[in-house]
Amino acid sequence: MPTMLEVTGLNHRYGSGDGAHVAVKDLSFSVDAGQLACIVGPSGCGKSTLLRCIAGLIPPTDGSVSLHGDAVNGVPDDLAVVFQDYSRSLFPWLTVARNVEFPLRWRKLGKQERAERAQEALDAVGLSGVGRKFPWQLSGGMQQRVSIARALASKPALLIMDEPFASVDAQTRFELEDLLRRVQREQRTTILLVTHDIDESVYLGDRVLVLSKSPATIVADLPVDLPADRDQIATRESAKFVALRGEVARLLQTVPAKQAAPEQQADEDVATADAAEWTATEEAATENAGSAKETSH
Amino acid sequence: MTQVTERATRLRSQAVAGLSGFARTWLVFIGAVVVWEVATRLAESVFFPPPTEIVSTALQLWFSGPASQLFLSDVVFDHILPSLGRCLAGWAIAVILGVGLGTALGRSRTGMDYVGPLFAFFRAIPPPTLVPVFMVLFGLGPGMQVATIIFGAIWPVLLNTVDGVRAVDSVKVDTARSFRTPTPYWIGMVVLPAALPKIFAGLRLSLSISLILMVVSELIGSLNGIGHELISAQRAFEFPLMWTWIVLLGILGFGLNSLLLAAERRVLRWQPNRNNDG
Ligand SMILES: Nc1ncnc2c1ncn2[C@@H]1O[C@H](COP(=O)(O)OP(=O)(O)OP(=O)(O)O)[C@@H](O)[C@H]1O
Ligand SMILES: [Mg+2]
Repeated sequence: MPTMLEVTGLNHRYGSGDGAHVAVKDLSFSVDAGQLACIVGPSGCGKSTLLRCIAGLIPPTDGSVSLHGDAVNGVPDDLAVVFQDYSRSLFPWLTVARNVEFPLRWRKLGKQERAERAQEALDAVGLSGVGRKFPWQLSGGMQQRVSIARALASKPALLIMDEPFASVDAQTRFELEDLLRRVQREQRTTILLVTHDIDESVYLGDRVLVLSKSPATIVADLPVDLPADRDQIATRESAKFVALRGEVARLLQTVPAKQAAPEQQADEDVATADAAEWTATEEAATENAGSAKETSH
Repeated sequence: MTQVTERATRLRSQAVAGLSGFARTWLVFIGAVVVWEVATRLAESVFFPPPTEIVSTALQLWFSGPASQLFLSDVVFDHILPSLGRCLAGWAIAVILGVGLGTALGRSRTGMDYVGPLFAFFRAIPPPTLVPVFMVLFGLGPGMQVATIIFGAIWPVLLNTVDGVRAVDSVKVDTARSFRTPTPYWIGMVVLPAALPKIFAGLRLSLSISLILMVVSELIGSLNGIGHELISAQRAFEFPLMWTWIVLLGILGFGLNSLLLAAERRVLRWQPNRNNDG
C-alpha cells in the first residue's frame, strides 16, 4: 500500500513567550492509502489542532506533513474536513441540498449531475427528504450528518473527521459508523478520524493511534486485526474487540500518571473517565500497558 | 355541511384578523388626518390648507394628463420621474461602490487602518454643504444632484459592509478554505451572504438619506424636480401646491422603504428568527 499521509516531527505551539501553549509535541506517523485510522485522545489534548495542521489550515510550528508525497503548505487538493463544530460549519443561508452541493460548485459538473451527487450523499447519511430545508431547521445530529454528506459529496482522497459522531444518538451512530466503513471501502477513501470514544475507535479503525494528554504525543499505534466486515453486535462481543478496547483504555489511563498534566483538564476528561470505567471491569492489575494482550481473555 | 361552516368561520376569522391588523396599522394615521382636517378648517390659515384641498390639488396636478400618458400629467414626466431617477441612480451607484469597496476593505487586513481616518473625516461633513462644491464642479443639473446623493448615501453602506464582511464566523472561513473555495465563490456564497443582514441595515439608512439629498439638492440648485417645484410653489404663495409636494415626498419615502423591506424579507428569509420579529 502506498503511503497517503506522512506526518514527521510535528509540533504546534499557540502563542509565544510566557503565554505559549504547546498543543502538539513531536508527533510522527503515516497512514497508508485506503486505511481508516482513528486517533483517540483525552479532551483538550490537541486533537483538533493536529487535524488543522494536517489539513493545512494552520502552519505547524515545526515538522512537516506530506500528502501523496507532496509537502503540505496551504490546504491541499483532494481533501475534505468534517469539523467538530458542525452547526457553525454549515452555511445557514444555503438549504441543506445547496450546502451539500457547495464543494461541487466550481467543478466541471452539469447542474443535474451536481444535484444527483448531493442527493446521493444525503441518501447515504439517511437524510433523503430534507434537501429543501435550512440547516437550522434540523436537529443537531441531522446537521452533523449534513456536514458529513457534504464532505462525502466532494469524494476526497483523504477525509479528515473531527469527532463526527459526538452528537448523534446511539442508533444513528451505529448506522453512521457502518456507513463510513462502507463508503471508505467503496470509494477507496483514506480516513483520519478523531474521537474520544474508545469503543468507536476500535470498531471503526483499521488502526488506533492513542494520544497522550496535552501536549499531544503518540503513546501507542495499535493495528486493529478485526475482520474487515464488522457487525455492531457480533464484533463488539468478540474477544479480540474486548481485548483491544481494554488495551486502549489502559493506555489512556496510564498516560496522566506519566506526565504532569494541568489540573483544570481533569474533570472534563471524557476519554480517561471512559478508560477508568473499562479497566475497572477487568481484573488485570498490570501496570504495564504493553502487556494488555496477555492479560485479557 | 360542517366543512362548509368551518370554512366560513375560518374565512370570517381571517377577515376579522385582517381588518384588526389594518386598523392597528392605520387607525392613528387616519385619526391624525381627520384632526388635521378639522383643525385647518377651523383655523382658516392660508399657510395650512386642509388635507382634502391638498388631495384635490394633487389629483388635478398629477392625473390630468391625456389617456395616451395613462392620465399622468406632464408634471409627472417633467419633475417627479426625473427626481426619482436621480435619487435611485445616486443610491444604486452608492450601493455598488459601497458594497464593492466595503468588501475589499473589510477582507483586507490593513485596508481600514489606512483609510479609516479619511472616512471618518468625510463622513462628518454634512452632505448638503457640498452642494455648492458639486455645483461648481458639475454645474446645475443631474450630475451635481447624483454626486451629492452618492456622497451622502455611500457611508452607511460602506461601513456596514466592512463590519459585516469582517464578522464571518471562523469555522465557516475554515470550511471554505478546506474545500479550496475559489475567490468568486468565497465572496459570493460565503462572505456577502454572511454580511447581508448588516448590509441591508445600511441600505435602508442610505435610501432615506438619498431621498433627503435629492430634495435638498433640488431646493438649492435645479431646473426641475420635486424640490424645485416645491420651492417655486412656496415663492408663488401657492401653499396647497407646496403641500402636495411635501405629501408626495412622504409617499415616496414610505413606498421606497416598503419596497426595500419586502426585498429584504425575501433575500434574508433564511434567517432563523425572521418570521417573528415583524
Ligand atoms: N486558537 C488557539 N489559541 C490558543 N490556544 C488554543 C487555540 N486553539 C486551541 N488551543 C489550546 O490548545 C489545546 C488543544 O486544543 P484542541 O482544540 O486541539 O483540543 P482537542 O483535543 O481537539 O479538544 P476536544 O476534545 O475538546 O475537541 C487546548 O488546551 C486549547 O486551549
Ligand atoms: Mg477538538
